[in-house]
Amino acid sequence: MTISLKAEFEQAVGKRSHHFHGGLRLRHNKKISCQDRVGPPPLPELLVVPLLQHAGDISEPLVQAGDTVLKGQPIGQCQPCAAVHSPVSGMVEAIEVRPMSHPSGQPGPCVLIRPDGREQWVDLNPMADWQTASPESLIEQIQNCGLAGLGGAVFPTHAKMRDGRDRKTHTLILNGVECEPYISCDEMLMREQPGKIILGARILRRALGADRVLIAIEDQMSAVQKALTACPEFANSENISVVKVPAIYPEGGERQLIQVLTGQEVPAGGRPSDLGLVCQNVATAAAVAEAVTEGKPLIERYVTVTGNGVSHPRNLKVLFGTPVSHLVECCGGYTQDVARLVMGGPMMGYPLESDSAPVVKASNCVLALTQRDIAPPQAEMPCIRCGECARVCPAMLLPQQLHLQIRNGLWKPLEEYGLKACIECGCCDYVCPSHIPLVDWFRYGKGELRTRALESEASELARKRFESREARLLRLKQERAEKMARRKQVLNDKSSQQDRILASIQRAESRSRSKPGGQGSGSADDT
Amino acid sequence: MTRNFQTGGSPHIPPQTTVAKVMLQVLLALVPGVLATTWFFGPGTLVQIVLATVFALLFEFLMLRLRGRPLKPFINDYSAVVTAVLFALCIPPLAPWWISCIAMLFAIGFAKHLYGGLGQNVFNPAMVAYVVVLISFPQAMTNWLPPLALAEHSLGLADSLATIFTGQVPVTGGWDAVTQATPLDTLKTGVDAGRNVPEITQSALFGAIGGKGWEWIACCFALGGFFLLYKRVISWQVPVAVIGSVLLFSLPFWLVDPDSNPLPLLHVFSGAIVLAAFFIATDPVSGCVSNRGRLIFGAGVGIITLVIRRWGGYPDGVAFAVLLMNMAAPLIDRYTRPRMYGE
Repeated sequence: MTISLKAEFEQAVGKRSHHFHGGLRLRHNKKISCQDRVGPPPLPELLVVPLLQHAGDISEPLVQAGDTVLKGQPIGQCQPCAAVHSPVSGMVEAIEVRPMSHPSGQPGPCVLIRPDGREQWVDLNPMADWQTASPESLIEQIQNCGLAGLGGAVFPTHAKMRDGRDRKTHTLILNGVECEPYISCDEMLMREQPGKIILGARILRRALGADRVLIAIEDQMSAVQKALTACPEFANSENISVVKVPAIYPEGGERQLIQVLTGQEVPAGGRPSDLGLVCQNVATAAAVAEAVTEGKPLIERYVTVTGNGVSHPRNLKVLFGTPVSHLVECCGGYTQDVARLVMGGPMMGYPLESDSAPVVKASNCVLALTQRDIAPPQAEMPCIRCGECARVCPAMLLPQQLHLQIRNGLWKPLEEYGLKACIECGCCDYVCPSHIPLVDWFRYGKGELRTRALESEASELARKRFESREARLLRLKQERAEKMARRKQVLNDKSSQQDRILASIQRAESRSRSKPGGQGSGSADDT
Repeated sequence: MTRNFQTGGSPHIPPQTTVAKVMLQVLLALVPGVLATTWFFGPGTLVQIVLATVFALLFEFLMLRLRGRPLKPFINDYSAVVTAVLFALCIPPLAPWWISCIAMLFAIGFAKHLYGGLGQNVFNPAMVAYVVVLISFPQAMTNWLPPLALAEHSLGLADSLATIFTGQVPVTGGWDAVTQATPLDTLKTGVDAGRNVPEITQSALFGAIGGKGWEWIACCFALGGFFLLYKRVISWQVPVAVIGSVLLFSLPFWLVDPDSNPLPLLHVFSGAIVLAAFFIATDPVSGCVSNRGRLIFGAGVGIITLVIRRWGGYPDGVAFAVLLMNMAAPLIDRYTRPRMYGE
């Protein structure tokens, strides 16, 4: 991009709504959970805090069984990732392997904390004046407070910020587009805490060195728009605008939202920072405001508890580690005909086997569905290549081809057909008349590609090691041969042999002259 | 107190549609065309549809059994019925019953199940069936009827049934009294005999733009096609490419030599072009996947049909064109992979 084009692009961002390919218009089903104000549920008896709540590696525990902890005290750390803090004051009962509400369904190490009910905070370190603080110190504060993207991907916030700062971000996009049906936690947060979000936006903007902030919301969120633009922080801020975008699933996806706001596509294999953009969820921004101005680490979040399977759907402000069963109790319990429990929305959420699973940083929604909501399982039919999946795919892929290639183990074309670009939004699953679980196949295919890449890397390494060893042996052999040849040549060369004999005789003579009683050592005279 | 739940794959909302629903929509879209065909050519068409459907389901049942596949989701997915109806619409209304039997054996048994069943067939089963009987039984397959308005004897349901099952026409004069060449056939033999096109199309067999009756049938198929487009069962690329290529490819010939080349619109409104454009070339299984691929596929069908009509031995060539393009479809797909996001 040339300078003038770039400036033009920066100006045009957010001015006009564009389209992304495919997508679905789904029934929102959000109203049912937006009736009550958001409040905290009573403290649960026991919190199960997983040590892996972000994208990355499992944190190292900093406490052990029997320790007393204060609210906000770090209990897990992981240098490049996000820290984990105790959501309550109380006692660590144990650190053990439990289900940890991870999409993989794998259990992992969790810290079990029994609250003492005193809610005693650890000493907090708020930043006195963030407006003069250096961007790096802001990012450090964000890292120490354990922030991860609250939109669902839980990518460590500080890593995204560092990348954005290093690559000259001009616009920060706050993602308030909650495109999945049923979920309303971001909407409620924007309605109830607009000031905190805008404060967080300004802090993030300073940390990035960006000029502008766009807060993207869905076009039916009029209450949100009113709340955001009416709050005093908004009036006092420059270059922050609220943009409405049409509600089409999966518009909340980072790449889709960027396309809608800018008309540009994030390059394949690249990041939004390639376009000078950084996307953060609105809830992340609110958490940043708390982390910087109050020093509060990330220990709670808004969670939507909804669906026809709960008696009183609503949003709750939930401490991490709270079991899902506790939330459902606070919402009047299950209805008679509840059939499935989902962590997340109906499109991308994963089913829970048990409601003992804890709420974590990624949990935006607990969805209880009845049999009628999910319909009886349909028999899977062969693909009839109708192409609906390609029509709705926001990544513009050919899901039916990918499916065929994975089934037939054609791994090479899979890369060319862009399996890695799949965002697993589930649009193809929804429209498939043959009810093929496409996203499941794609997850499997991605995993297979990863292991294949690792294997081929390992075998490549082994091959290189073998080749260099062969080369080294060959080289040594050649060197030895050359040496031998040289020596042979020297030996064969009569005249030089004579010379050398003469020379050694002379040496011996001179030595015996210098040491009169010396016994010439035979070995030294040998040539 | 914890509670356990049954798990299941995402998405956790009921699917939008099913294969059976898609096939039913196709059948529904065929209704106007079927009614029009019956209106113009008598109840023979309805008998053929019933016959072909019965044979198709019979062979579907037998093949599923032979292959050890479950009957349940497959026998009632209506895909065999769609094949049968499309085939029945292509053959002469009074063709003998065993034509359907042999044709469906090839459509369901060979073209569909020997290739792996639903979704696996390389060739369009209805067109395979049509071509097999067209080549094997040319006599029976050319016994077309004139539209009712021109017919000396209009055969009722009982007479049609008798003809189809006995092979004897129950009127004086037999077959010669009831059959007549199709407009496209008349055109071909006329041009080959050196007559000029405007003179040929003066004949009573021709209507305002296409063959008499045929033009209305084409309109009714198009109506059903629009329904499928509206329901997004088919995409616009194939019908637009088929009809567009027929018009574009025949236009220069007509401009240069209108005496031996008919008006481009006559090509569209005679024979099976419209039926093929909306219902046959749009078969997703044997067609192309990408939008660009579909345009190429449709254009190929249109152009090959015209080539056969103009220089080939058959008056219409839609079935051959579709089968030839079926062969080319995987290659077209390979070279028309759409651009990915961010690519």
